[in-house]
Amino acid sequence: MNWQGILVYAENYSGSINRASFELLGKARELIPKVGGDVYATVVTNKESVERHSKELVAFGADKVIVYTVEEMLLPNPVVHRVALINAISYAKPRLVLVPATPWGRSIAPRVAAAIGTGITADCLDVYIDENGDVVQVRPAFTGNIIAHIKTLTNPVMATVRPGVFPLPQPRYDRKGEVIVRDVSVPNADSVKVLGVSKKKAVKLSEAEVIVAIGRGVKSKEDVKLFEELAKALKAQLACSRPLVDMGWMERDRQVGFSGSIVKPKLYIALGISGAPQHIAGMKDSKYIIAVNIDQSAPIVKYSDLVVIGDIYDIAKKLLHALKSSQF
Amino acid sequence: MDIVVLIKPTPDITKVKFDVEKGVVDRSSATLEINPFDLYAIEVAKRIKRLFGGTITSISMAPPHAEPALRDAIARGVDRAILLSDKRFAGADTLATSYTLAAAIRKLGHFDIILCGEKSVDGDTAHVGPEVAEFLGIPHISFVTRITSISRDTIVVEADFGDAYYEVELRLPALVALSRPVIFKEEFVEPSMPRVSDVLRAKRARVEVWNADALSDVANASRFGLAGSPTRVVKAYYALEKGRNARVVRGDEGVAAILNALRELGVVL
Ligand SMILES: Cc1cc2nc3c(=O)[nH]c(=O)nc-3n(C[C@H](O)[C@H](O)[C@H](O)COP(=O)(O)OP(=O)(O)OC[C@H]3O[C@@H](n4cnc5c(N)ncnc54)[C@H](O)[C@@H]3O)c2cc1C
Ligand SMILES: Nc1ncnc2c1ncn2[C@@H]1O[C@H](COP(=O)(O)O)[C@@H](O)[C@H]1O
Repeated sequence: MNWQGILVYAENYSGSINRASFELLGKARELIPKVGGDVYATVVTNKESVERHSKELVAFGADKVIVYTVEEMLLPNPVVHRVALINAISYAKPRLVLVPATPWGRSIAPRVAAAIGTGITADCLDVYIDENGDVVQVRPAFTGNIIAHIKTLTNPVMATVRPGVFPLPQPRYDRKGEVIVRDVSVPNADSVKVLGVSKKKAVKLSEAEVIVAIGRGVKSKEDVKLFEELAKALKAQLACSRPLVDMGWMERDRQVGFSGSIVKPKLYIALGISGAPQHIAGMKDSKYIIAVNIDQSAPIVKYSDLVVIGDIYDIAKKLLHALKSSQF
Repeated sequence: MDIVVLIKPTPDITKVKFDVEKGVVDRSSATLEINPFDLYAIEVAKRIKRLFGGTITSISMAPPHAEPALRDAIARGVDRAILLSDKRFAGADTLATSYTLAAAIRKLGHFDIILCGEKSVDGDTAHVGPEVAEFLGIPHISFVTRITSISRDTIVVEADFGDAYYEVELRLPALVALSRPVIFKEEFVEPSMPRVSDVLRAKRARVEVWNADALSDVANASRFGLAGSPTRVVKAYYALEKGRNARVVRGDEGVAAILNALRELGVVL
């Protein structure tokens, strides 16, 4: 009865489970008929939340929930989560371990893989079972230029999976599941002390439905206001390319791309952005892409659905005018 | 302080050619240079050295033609550059790469802090730093955006956990993986081009090359390279080929087209 089933690591360092964990449970339910065994979820939580979190994880698809309870203070401590995940793996002996490819997940999961000596694949866009019954992981490499399909020869197969690539399943609170409460002792938990939240994120672009993104086509920090106004009129989030962050005109959290956020909105409007590969890597999976640029040969043209050749100031002002006038 | 910097020589992603048919990378099409994120690791290392003294040693696992990238590291302020290069290291995935890097660090003997980049532009995993820390049995912290303070025994950093930035204190020795932009105390860290005199000095400097045998007393050779790699690429293809065939419009017609699209997508009524 070894190396069966799928274990999903439910990310919870703040007191609420990251929704990407639920997406992975949905995927696990889809894969489980081909893998065999149960869908496990494991979560580190404080005593008060054990019931709430287990119910949630069962509702989203877990058959069994492996729970580790810790003092509130230790919840955001990665050392504790590392030990818990190793323990959960040795208990469940799953064939596949799925972890959200958030900064947190990409920090914990590789340590666990190294500790147990198994292979791990980063930032996957898909996971499927091939005709031989092997787990195949699909991931981008070379700043998104290459897509690779990867198999792992060791057990368990471990993967961090990009948030938002699988749909959020419909929770069913009438689902039944087993809750297994386990204990771990954490040696060296004090080698890492989490002192607290130092700064909230200005925005979570990965969850935005509509994004207005500006690039070096914007000429001064003052001018950012015009595009902020346009974003507001469209109930969109304002985002940017990297140079605007480097110049200090925009916050780091608003940068889209390889070294910023990966986004997948319903609509992405790129204003004065040339479309460097590092920017494209962050937004190419948006459902509909509009680009405004004075240069028809800009690379962004290739990745867009609608391209307007023109001045971003001119277009933004006219759009604002139209949106405010009575015809809308 | 004995500072180790992990530097990955990587191709410039905007210059490298991809074989669109085979989905492979023509590695001879671009020279190797220091992974852009690792430049921040070098800069932070220099600031730590300024405060405490000590040496900065860089370690890279790469083919022999990565040597110019290591000279660049020396020109930028690394005291000692080690290139791990051997056919037996080839084909390594993150597990084998980290195992080998950790072995080399162990071979160095004493160290106080290891700095590396958040991720590499080719491997793109962000997994190597944490795996190295695991193999060495030391704490680590990834996605660091600020070094708040550092003493001989501890470092306090601000790290991006995903939902928020957290303040974290680590006991040294530890591994710190740096994002960008990164702040050292109150100052923005921006890598700058090395001076000509430093480039000339680096030309004459020694780059140490270690092969698999050099690590035989600290590692098990069966865990190097492809043999030590549990993951296998079974298929690869070029991802950016399919364009979207954009409709291209100009001027005021453009404004109308955008408004139309906004309506069709339900963004405005
Ligand atoms: C390791 C690494 C990571 C990186 N990560 C990222 C990342 O995450 N995100 C990112 O964005 N970049 C990233 N970059 C930078 C990237 O390579 C480009 O430099 C950057 O994306 C360019 O930004 P841009 O398109 O705004 O500027 P430019 O390339 O200068 O393009 C400006 C565009 O605006 C157009 N324009 C100018 N004026 C007007 C006007 N009045 N009206 C209409 N159009 C106008 C121009 O025709 C041009 O196409 C990274 C680079 C490296 C090396
Ligand atoms: N072959 C290597 N040699 C030296 N350092 C490396 C190597 N591979 C990865 N690293 C380090 O690990 C970081 C993360 O890389 P990656 O896991 O490939 O995204 C890089 O920024 C480097 O600092």
